[in-house]
Amino acid sequence: MQIGIPRESLPGENRVAATPISVPQLIKLGYSVVVESGAGQRASLPDEAYEVTGARLGTTAEVWGSDVILAVNEPSVDELESMRPGATLITFLYPRQNEALLKALQKQGVTALSMDMVPRISRAQSMDALSSMANISGYRAIVEASYEFGRTFGGQVTAAGKVAPAKVFVIGTGVAGLAALGAANSRGAEVYATDVRPETAEQVESMGATFLKVRTAADDQGVSSDGYAKETSDDYNTRAAELYLEQARKVDIIVTTAAIPGRPSPKLITAEMVEQMRPGSVIVDLAALGGGNCVLTRPGEKYVTDNGVTIIGYTDLPSRLPGLASQLYATNVVNLLKLATPEANGSIVVDFDDEVLRNMTVTRGGEITFPPPPIQVSAAPAVKPEAHLAPQEAQEPKAPKPWYLSFGIVGVLAIGLIALLTYAPASFVSLFGVFALALVVGYYVVWNVTAALHTPLMSVTNAVSGIILVGAITQLGNDNWAIKIIATGAVLIASINVFGGFTVTQRMLKMFRKG
Amino acid sequence: MLANFVQATYIVAGLLFIFALAGLSRFETSKRGNAFGILGMVLAVVATIIAVWAPESWHGSDWATRMPSFIGDAGLASVGLLVAAMLVGAVIGTFKAVRVEMTGMPQLIAQLHSFVGLAAVLIGFNVFIEIDGELRAGHPQTDLAFHLAEVWIGVFIGAVTFTGSIVAWGKLAEKFPSKPLTLPGRNLLNLATIVGIIACGVWFQNTWSWLALIILTLLSLFLGFHLVAAIGGADMPVVISMLNSYSGFAAAFSGFALGMNVLIITGALVGASGAILSYIMCKAMNRSFISVILGGFGTSTSSAAAAEEGEIQEVKADELGAWLTDAQSVMITPGYGMAVAQAQYPVAELTKRLTDAGVKVRFAIHPVAGRLPGHMNVLLAEARVPYDIVFEMDEVNDEFDETDIVLVIGANDTVNPTAMQPGTPISGMPVLHVWEAKKVVVFKRSMKPGYAGVENPLFFNDNTYMLFGDAKASVDSINSALPAADPRQAISS
Repeated sequence: MQIGIPRESLPGENRVAATPISVPQLIKLGYSVVVESGAGQRASLPDEAYEVTGARLGTTAEVWGSDVILAVNEPSVDELESMRPGATLITFLYPRQNEALLKALQKQGVTALSMDMVPRISRAQSMDALSSMANISGYRAIVEASYEFGRTFGGQVTAAGKVAPAKVFVIGTGVAGLAALGAANSRGAEVYATDVRPETAEQVESMGATFLKVRTAADDQGVSSDGYAKETSDDYNTRAAELYLEQARKVDIIVTTAAIPGRPSPKLITAEMVEQMRPGSVIVDLAALGGGNCVLTRPGEKYVTDNGVTIIGYTDLPSRLPGLASQLYATNVVNLLKLATPEANGSIVVDFDDEVLRNMTVTRGGEITFPPPPIQVSAAPAVKPEAHLAPQEAQEPKAPKPWYLSFGIVGVLAIGLIALLTYAPASFVSLFGVFALALVVGYYVVWNVTAALHTPLMSVTNAVSGIILVGAITQLGNDNWAIKIIATGAVLIASINVFGGFTVTQRMLKMFRKG
Repeated sequence: MLANFVQATYIVAGLLFIFALAGLSRFETSKRGNAFGILGMVLAVVATIIAVWAPESWHGSDWATRMPSFIGDAGLASVGLLVAAMLVGAVIGTFKAVRVEMTGMPQLIAQLHSFVGLAAVLIGFNVFIEIDGELRAGHPQTDLAFHLAEVWIGVFIGAVTFTGSIVAWGKLAEKFPSKPLTLPGRNLLNLATIVGIIACGVWFQNTWSWLALIILTLLSLFLGFHLVAAIGGADMPVVISMLNSYSGFAAAFSGFALGMNVLIITGALVGASGAILSYIMCKAMNRSFISVILGGFGTSTSSAAAAEEGEIQEVKADELGAWLTDAQSVMITPGYGMAVAQAQYPVAELTKRLTDAGVKVRFAIHPVAGRLPGHMNVLLAEARVPYDIVFEMDEVNDEFDETDIVLVIGANDTVNPTAMQPGTPISGMPVLHVWEAKKVVVFKRSMKPGYAGVENPLFFNDNTYMLFGDAKASVDSINSALPAADPRQAISS
């Protein structure tokens, strides 16, 4: 099959979907590659470089007539119409916002794979173009900010006086946010970051920045619960806004990265906060494509507010580093083709049994296949394609059992239990109630135990099950000497358990320490 | 009054035990949790002693119905027995706990489980002696069959726990061969034993015959022995968790037989805890609980287990030391081999020196590494490795591709890429993706396969280097090969 690499027609786009490094890998997969003349020019990749690595140069029509087309942006109407039915298009399509485009692709009979639909599972990471672009955006955000910011990032003590380092505040510590804070940090700035997921604090600190936690009501009561941040309740939002306002007064540069694919970006920075910033400060809004995290952002533009704050809302940050962006994107695409070309014989197979390919495919064979079914995230590792033949079929995510099945089982058990307890002595019934409740409590309590403490958990439950000691003690009171002696034996071994268990637990717990 | 006091103390003790387990959910509260456990135990024991030795006049009129197991009043002789037995038990227990090596923790825990099982058996016997005495004296008993059922079930679980734990201890302490004992028709044998036990139970319930109880006990002891003997050493994390659960249920059934709610609460807590741990461990090995219990790991025919031949590359300790100082990030994946070689101290020192030199060192722990859930964490903590650089498999499995060097110390099956392919005994088991790192160094004694008996193609990868020898000696020699000076100064000069 022939792969076509078009020159991107979107104005301002500098990237290209294949590089002289990726072309030989495509050829190794059995494809022939046609590159449109001048495709890589704006990414400093001249035509000759492609020719040397085995690609053929071609015209626009030739490229768009290929069997597989690798692009960066969605195709224009002309481009789409020059595609052959049955051809495959791999590019960013943003299917959630682009219903018209999906219809057009369907009409053309094209199989389309959208690079922004790579599922976020570990196996697909090497194809995750959104992440690789976000990484570049984060870096470039700092470059743009430093260009607009009238001071240095690093602090210095010079003969002409002391220079304070710039303070940078990054909101949202996904890939883009982490890249931004890494870049700011390496320039010598003081970097602060926050995120709704407190567990990212460690990543932030590992990049040399300080994590600012949004205080919640739960924290104020001195209780920190680990799962709370999944929902950003009103209370959370109010408190987050307080934090942003406080930081707006202090910092020089704010980078916001809270973009939600396919939905308008949440408004985090209000006009009031911008008002509070010092003249000369800079806001870089990486969520500008979805309308921006700052209410004053103008997507695609850079401008200065009345109080002298520069707001950068560029939506083409990856394209501003075209060489690297093309290289990373091309690698993502090659990884995708490796998955979609299981035989390495130059013919693409969009296997719907593979959840990555299924998720990315938005049209196939004249049908719209978007939205894809939800992906079952299972603990089972990804099986290679040939694994489908093996008795691993049980690994496939099973359809959930109908509710009435489990209801029936529970119902039968409940009736059985009621019947048993009805004929049981009265004392047993109340004891059984205690037993059942304790089982449930134990179930919920133990699930919270962190894996690293499983050994201490075991030794403490061991010590605690030495409670059988008290049972043995009651029997010591019996007049029968046989009972007394057996009970003494039981007391002895149960004591070993109690004392040994607690002591060894204490010993282990003492050893755990924080770095 | 007194009855209320004792019952109230038991309830409080039960709550304290719940707090104890809840406290263990995080490092910060774990010591507090253990203290709650101790407090609960002290309260329960003190209340019991008061109840047993209280003068008759303290008992209310409803004493006999509310406190069924507190009959008779104990004299001085009983006090002597109690103090002596508890003192001896305390000395033995504390001595064992203080002396145990952290690498020997699985053995100790197995041993302690067996004690609970044995105590449950003894208590069950005692309850029956008493009932038997009453019957011989001609006192009719209400709900006799039901009480006897409580007794035999308690004895059954206790006995299974007892011999099962002893076999587990023997395998862990290498007193017994750790290979699974695979008798022909072992599943049928187990089934027959269980049927026999139930038959004896019914017989015992209806005839209150000593013979039935003794046969039942012997059958249960055999079942415990045979169940665990059929399970291989690599499955011990599941077995230990399972026995933990059984020991809890043994205590709970003693509680039913004695009519003591504190035993029931505590036993149920422990039972639930052990069951969850078993479930977690099975999940980590991608095996069903049933298949672990039925034993014979690795005996299933394996299609891809054909010996893989290939070139291996060796690396020497001094060369590795140079690599490590040049690396940005290092991941250490320890396994049972580290415990066997007692290499945790040199590993901790290596970690410290690399961290001081600016290398990012982390640990990746597979859930079933070691012979006990959480075993590796305890060993690393013993060697004073900070817990915040020790990660679970799921937390770091995606980060191997950003890691420069992975040190595989005494792990094999948990890093075997074969698990990603079908047709081997470990297929489908989640494994650490060490091979994604730039370089993998495997510390190994020889080329012998791991417990599961599966050849590990990792060793033949282009980016894998083998460092043969005892893990402790190897890490020690890396430590001495590391440059003493701070490398950051060396760069700036």
